[in-house]
This record gives sequence, structure tokens and C-alpha cells, in this order.
Amino acid sequence: MSNLLSGNPYGKPLSGNTAVSVDNVSKSFRIYAERNQNLKTALLRRKRAVYEDFWALRDVSLEIPEGSAFGLMGHNGSGKSTLLKCMARILQPNEGSIRTRGRLAAMLELGSGFHPELTGRDNVYLNGSILGMSRQEIDRKFEAITEFAGVGAFIDQPVKNYSSGMYVRLGFSVAIHVEPDILLVDEILAVGDMQFQERCAEKFAEFKEQGRTVVVVSHGLGELKTFCDTAAWLDHGKVVEIGPAARIVDQYIEAGHQAREVEGGGVRHGSGEIEIARIELLGGSASPDASAPEFRTGDQLTIRLHYRATSPITRPIFGVSINTIEGQHVWSHHTQDARFVPARLMGEGSIDIAIPAIPLQPGAFDINTSVVDESLSHSYDQWARGVRLDVMVGKPRESGGLVVMHSSWTNLQPPTAMAIDAR
Amino acid sequence: MAIAQTGAPVSGGRNPGAAKRSLLDRLRPPELLFNLTSKEIKSQFKRTTLGRLWSFINPIATLTIYTLVFGFLLKSKPPVGAHGIENFTLYLASGLIPWTFISSGIMNGMSGVVANSGLLTKVYFPRWTLVVASILALANTFLIELSVVVVAMAVFIGPEVLLFLPLLFILIGITMAFCTGLALMLSVALVYFRDTQHFMVLFMQIWFYLTPIIYGIALIPKQLLGYYRINPAERLVSAYRSMLYEFRIPAWQDWAWSIGWAALALFVGIRVFDRYAARIVEEL
Repeated sequence: MSNLLSGNPYGKPLSGNTAVSVDNVSKSFRIYAERNQNLKTALLRRKRAVYEDFWALRDVSLEIPEGSAFGLMGHNGSGKSTLLKCMARILQPNEGSIRTRGRLAAMLELGSGFHPELTGRDNVYLNGSILGMSRQEIDRKFEAITEFAGVGAFIDQPVKNYSSGMYVRLGFSVAIHVEPDILLVDEILAVGDMQFQERCAEKFAEFKEQGRTVVVVSHGLGELKTFCDTAAWLDHGKVVEIGPAARIVDQYIEAGHQAREVEGGGVRHGSGEIEIARIELLGGSASPDASAPEFRTGDQLTIRLHYRATSPITRPIFGVSINTIEGQHVWSHHTQDARFVPARLMGEGSIDIAIPAIPLQPGAFDINTSVVDESLSHSYDQWARGVRLDVMVGKPRESGGLVVMHSSWTNLQPPTAMAIDAR
Repeated sequence: MAIAQTGAPVSGGRNPGAAKRSLLDRLRPPELLFNLTSKEIKSQFKRTTLGRLWSFINPIATLTIYTLVFGFLLKSKPPVGAHGIENFTLYLASGLIPWTFISSGIMNGMSGVVANSGLLTKVYFPRWTLVVASILALANTFLIELSVVVVAMAVFIGPEVLLFLPLLFILIGITMAFCTGLALMLSVALVYFRDTQHFMVLFMQIWFYLTPIIYGIALIPKQLLGYYRINPAERLVSAYRSMLYEFRIPAWQDWAWSIGWAALALFVGIRVFDRYAARIVEEL
């Protein structure tokens, strides 16, 4: 309404270096109690449908500076994806406004505009123009697009014949070659094989260097922390906090629980003669108000595996591994390598693996366990993502990555006075 | 994916900027339209053995069936055309081919939004392009069919039919505007009420018989003629028929009514689509 008064339909121009400005945005969805998608019920009831408003976003305001990488984080249903879709103009906010500067592109689902019967070439042109490129622009970039996607001779095949990897790579390649000033990315950094992921990561880094703005929605906290400069934490459609990504991610983890069951209880398979009944995490720093212990970088951690053998098992090999929640293998250790193999086990009991000081950066990790036979070829029990371990900020405090190395900066030559004191 | 101009807002429904912005949107994408249309055309007959030939087989088969049933069995006498010709098949073709374009244009344009829901929920681009592209794809088929009709008229009646080509193109433009307007309106309705589809199939059948395609307008009682000719399809079909079968320029009333209906449909269609386009995506 203020726009009407000021006589400027586009609102006030964005200040100097703001790429995206979100002003008091609210967005509701209709949750239909009884949806009538047919005329009969609509006419008989003389109203469209019974619905409730669900507020996915409530009065959200934030500013994203140009040339920065901005992360949106929060639980499922926190509104982060809705906010991204509003920025992408796929959804329209009920209230408030979003202003953007420059060309904007969203990667919500790669290759979503592809038509399966058309060739890769046709789809590049179609998708490219949907994403806002002109024909000449696509002509010019065509080589680069196919090369980056690595589809080779398949470019003249219908895309229905593509492997899912090729499909996604081509979709990514078209989207990235739009060369937008603002790129919106939703949870797609984990596509394709490792090699392609690295190239994507490089491309994003290049983007940032060129002064373009990237907005990311992600569950991968480590990823957000290393990639983003700034992050916003959303909860139930409201902004909890905005600040430097590292601090926000730490706070987010801190607010979560500690050792917790993974949703759905993880994935388990194996023949089952011996099983891990429960994984217990011991040690850490007991917080006064929490019943479960908390774990911080540098804390002592003992992982206790409670096993149950229904028949006698000779020389079972226990193993434990830690992965990031994105699935990257961080560490593992099994009793064969440790030369800690019992001759025979029967009934219930437990076995501990002691970690003197957690060498992990703050973040969320999954703990996996396994019990296999001596030859390591038969699985009695494989339990992936049995327990989630949230590591919070502790000591030492280092900048980023997966591990802490007890590193220190030293030996500046020539000796110079320090601007700030070492902690 | 959107190309937002510098400082352009994505605004809430209450923001007066919203409508203005989306109107501007309309002007952007001739290439997008071209690519969407060629996608439609290319995928129309994919994986069929006869391919493009189907766009000839369909109208020829329909013409044959109606000629057999109405021409031979029921012995309908066709109205007189140019050079005193009385040929049921040619009379039929001059009305049926345009009608097929009108009805399929409306039906396909209407489904344009729902059929592409996967795309709409993932990428932003001007949504009206989907409706227009599906009509353009059909216009392509229509042009091919029409050229066959024109050639047939030239051979069987007389080559003067070729003189009407410029006017014919204007009429095609008017027909497309009419279909687009109606399709824009209906595509929104279809998102909210999926049985619009079934209703329209039925309605099209009724509309077909309300329009002088298989019969001549002379069958309509004089006192009902005023109401009968309100039908926009009647005006359009009559105009096509004047040129293709009777070899004369359509009456100014036919032009006036056709243009009037097309303008009205387009105006209301754009208004309705503009109003609901932003919210369509949530309902898909």
C-alpha cells in the first residue's frame, strides 16, 4: 500500500549492494479439510471449499548482500524452501514484498523442464529459454553446456535414454550457464558422482568470486558452514536468527538434541544371529538440565554396543564407523584391526570403543555399527545410521572442515605486534 | 527461473506493483514461446509410425465419415457455393477444418497449465506462454490442413480462392485470439475444478451442433436466427466459409462480431489469468 502512496509501483529501489531484500513476507497455504475439485459439490455447497490457512512464513525480513553466499536452514517445515520459492517467484507471498537485483535463476529440481521424448540438444534450447536465455546466448554457450555436462554423443539422443546422472548433469549445466546474478539452490549439492559434485562446488566458488550471489537451502550443516558467509535460521516460518554462517550453524546444532535416534531408526540388514540391540554414547559433558550427555569437540566419548546373540558366534568382528549426515565416511574401526576378537559370544553383553577426545568439528554425524564374521564377508548385523551424534563447539575451536587438528598459528616473520590477543 | 529486472519486486497480492509487473512479463518471451511451441509440435506425433501424416489422416477420415453419413445416407443438400457448386464434402471441409482448430485450440490451451504442473512448481517463467504455445502448435497443424483445403477448392471450384489468402490470415489471427482468451480463462478454471475437462468435452459436442458445420444456416427458422448468430463460432465458421466455399469477402457483420468476440474473450481471459496466475501453482 505504501507503494501506491509513493506513486512508485516497484517500491523503493534497493540500496547499494543488496541482492535480495525480503520485507515482512508472509505466506500461507490453504489446507483443505474437504477439497471440492468438482463443480457439483462447489455448486451445491455454494462455496469453494473448507480450508484452513497454514502459515508457512510469518513476517520474514532479511537482506542478502551482493556477492555473498547465504544459507537458509531449519527443520523440515520451517519454511526455508517456501521462502526460496517466493524469491524465485514460483510462489507469491500473501503479504510483504521481495525485491531482487539482476538476473535470477533457481535450481529447485534439475532437469525439471526436460521433455523425455526430445533430444538433449532440443532440451537444452527449450530449458535454456525457459530459464531466460536467448537463442544466440544458448548457441554461444552450447559447447560449454554439453562439455560441462559430459553427455558427449548422447546430446542427440532423446533424454529418456539418459542415465539419471546424465539427466541431472545436463540440467545443472544448463542452469549454471544462465550465469545469473543471483542463484537460488535447493538441496541439490548432493547430486551426481563425487567428481561432478566437486565440479559443482568449484562452479559455485567461481560464482562467488565473480561477485554473484548464491542462496542455498540445505540440510548439510557442514556444507552450509564452509560454503556460506551468512545464514538465516528459520523455525515454523519465523526467523530465529541471522548472522555469520559458522555461528548460526553452531547455535542450530546446540539447540538440537544430543545423542538421538535417527528418524526411522536407520537402516539395518544382516542374518541376525547376533545383533546390536542398542548403541549407547557415554562420556561427554553432562549438562545440568539434559538427561542425555552433550558432546563437544575435545570431549571424551565411549560408544557402547549392546549385543544380543541368539546362537553361539565364534570370533565375531564388531565395527563402528562415523559418517557425516551427507554420507561422507569420516572414520571407522573394527575389532579385527584392533586385534580384539573374542573367541565365542552367546547371549547378551556389551563392548565399548573409547575415543579419548572427539576430533570432529561441530556438526551432525551418524554412527553406524556392524557385526561380521571373521572373514569380513558375512554380515550378522549391519546397522547404518543407528544413532546421530551432534557435536557442539568445544575445544579446540578451529575454523571449518570435518576435523580439528589442534593447530596453532605461530612464527610470524618478521615479528610484528598482534592486532588482537590470542584467545 | 526468472529474469527479474533490476529492483523489480516480487510482491504480495495487495501490492499494486504486482499486476503491472505481470503485464510487463507478457512482452518478454518470443523465443520461449517459439521453443515451447516447437516442443509441442515435435512431441505431438513422436513414436508414431505415421508421424505428421496423422494431421492429414484425421481430418480426411472425419470428412469421409460425415460425407458418408450426412451426404449419402441422409442426403443432406449442401448450400450453393461459388460457380453454383453444390458439393457436400467441400462445404463440410470449409467449416469443419476451422471448427476443429477452434475446438482443439480451446481444449489444448485449457490443459496447457495443468499438463505442465511439474514445470510450473519448479521454475518461474511467464505462465501464459504454456497456453499460447499449445494453441500455436495447433495453429501449425491448422495451417497445413487449411492449405490442403485451399488447394482442393482451387482444383474443384476455381483458383480465385487464392485471392483470399491475405484475408484468411487475418481471420486465423482473430480465431487464435478468440481461442487464447477462452483457453486462458478455462485453464484457470481447470486448476480449481478438474471436471472442467469433462464438462468441456460435452459442451464442445453441443457447440458443434449449434454451429452450421454439417448443415446449412438455411435450416434455422427465421425468428431464431438472431439468437442463433450470437454464437461466436458461427460467425467465425461463416467467415471462413464465405472465402473458402463461396469465394466472397465475409460480410462486415461477420468481421465485426468475430473481432468483438475475440477482443472480449482475450480481455476477460487476460484479466482472469492475471488475477489467478500467481496462485495457480499452489493449487496444482
